Amino acid sequence: MPRPWSKSILIAPSDITPEDKFLSRRTLLAGGFGIAVAHALGVERRAFGEDTSGALAVTRNTEYSVTEAANSYKDISTYNNYYEFGTGKSDPAENAKQFRSRPWNVTIDGECEVKGTFSLEDILKPHSLEERVYRMRCVEAWSMIVPWVGFPLADLLKRFKPTSNAKFIEFRTLLDPKEMPGERGSVLDWPYIEGLRLDEAMNPLTLMTVGLYGKVLPNQNGAPLRLIVPWKYGFKGIKAINHIKFVERMPVTTWAKSAPSEYGFYANVNPAVDHPRWSQATERHIGGSFFDQRRPTLAFNGYGKEVASLYTGMNLKTFF
Amino acid sequence: MTAATRSLLKALVFIACLGPAIYLLVGAFGLWGVSLGADPVQEMLHTCGNWTLKFLLITLCMTPLRDLARTTFWLRFRRMFGLFAFFYVILHFAVYIVFDQSGQLETVWQDIIKRPYITIGMLALLLLIPLAATSTASMQRRLRRRWTQLHRLIYVIAVLGVWHYWWGVKKDIREPLLFACVLAVLLGYRVYKQHQSKAQVREVAAHSRA
Repeated sequence: MPRPWSKSILIAPSDITPEDKFLSRRTLLAGGFGIAVAHALGVERRAFGEDTSGALAVTRNTEYSVTEAANSYKDISTYNNYYEFGTGKSDPAENAKQFRSRPWNVTIDGECEVKGTFSLEDILKPHSLEERVYRMRCVEAWSMIVPWVGFPLADLLKRFKPTSNAKFIEFRTLLDPKEMPGERGSVLDWPYIEGLRLDEAMNPLTLMTVGLYGKVLPNQNGAPLRLIVPWKYGFKGIKAINHIKFVERMPVTTWAKSAPSEYGFYANVNPAVDHPRWSQATERHIGGSFFDQRRPTLAFNGYGKEVASLYTGMNLKTFF
Repeated sequence: MTAATRSLLKALVFIACLGPAIYLLVGAFGLWGVSLGADPVQEMLHTCGNWTLKFLLITLCMTPLRDLARTTFWLRFRRMFGLFAFFYVILHFAVYIVFDQSGQLETVWQDIIKRPYITIGMLALLLLIPLAATSTASMQRRLRRRWTQLHRLIYVIAVLGVWHYWWGVKKDIREPLLFACVLAVLLGYRVYKQHQSKAQVREVAAHSRA
């Protein structure tokens, strides 16, 4: 059975972006951002192979990458839905500049044997990073292709020895209105909460993400630690995670709570189930020309071979 | 004010009203560092829709301004503002069909009949057409009282337009709420005025009986 990415030879970031642009961006980032990151990381940075320019030691995962050309770093880092930093698409790039994503702690608790609060460095230390070029489909019917850097969430979760009561994973974003200006308003219930069923969390596609285009994640893309679940709508990809909890009951997630008729817990990409106010059958791909046709949206965002079996027997119109 | 000053002023206002369209045109070609961002189609769609509503509200401001400032100066611009609302709503619709929906008329039609916020937006656009068509001075003369009656449709159109915006946003309703508040004040003013003039009529009638 051919997978959508089976014939792929992974595209390195340097192949996707014209080389001159890629290099000039490197120089640019090395100037400010990179130095700041290096300072924040101190000695620990060597533990996960990060150099002074913010570049990460990354192995490409060819099996889990699509062959389509990735969107530019600029598009990916200036067109963001991240309400903690404002509701406009360009707000996060503007308002997250001062955000301190290091030092960072993550609390892991609930139905697991190993609990506690860990530094980001401790969280990341045992994992080797891989690059995966994933499709990203927003519930607003636009899409991008993004070269993420991360490691399987399953590998992280196993370290904390979930008990037999652990049926779901709940993730929370930092709650700090001083650091995150959007949290001073009430457009959503803060902190942002997301969740996955345990088997979804353990699926090899589910990626704990720390980087983009071979570098440390920019703040507006969810630094220092975010979730990527490529077969689900983008809002499942919770950003700036500081709490992971193993739970028995399905978590009440932020968007599902905010508008239960419009956003479900599962939020699997599904062209057959429309949002009540717009069609999900097609998507507009970011970064093309004005005259590009809308693209047909794929069931499970094209990852059906990997994940459709998770939902056998479920009515996906009910559990949208 | 001399005729020359008046036409100069009108020309300046006209150019200013073209500002958003010029921004979109320049941005679409990426000239002089102007960019419409990562999703230029969305930016065009929203900018045009937004300015349609702004011009509708500006048009509705002209009568209260006349009453408050006791000068008919403002009314000279009312037709221009109204026609700019029409201009931007046509652009909004054109961007939606041609770029956002890639010219798929069947999908557009499905959207119009299936999605309430698009239905009312479409209705508002259709209602604007007779107003734009009868906006000339000669039509105004020809239709007389009927012209005034017809052009009261602007109240309905503005309500539908703001409603369309409110229903269309994902979650952050602050801006549609602001538009709704301004519209409520402008429509409230007219209700108040009508109430006042009725009261006056009653008073006069009472006096004449006495």
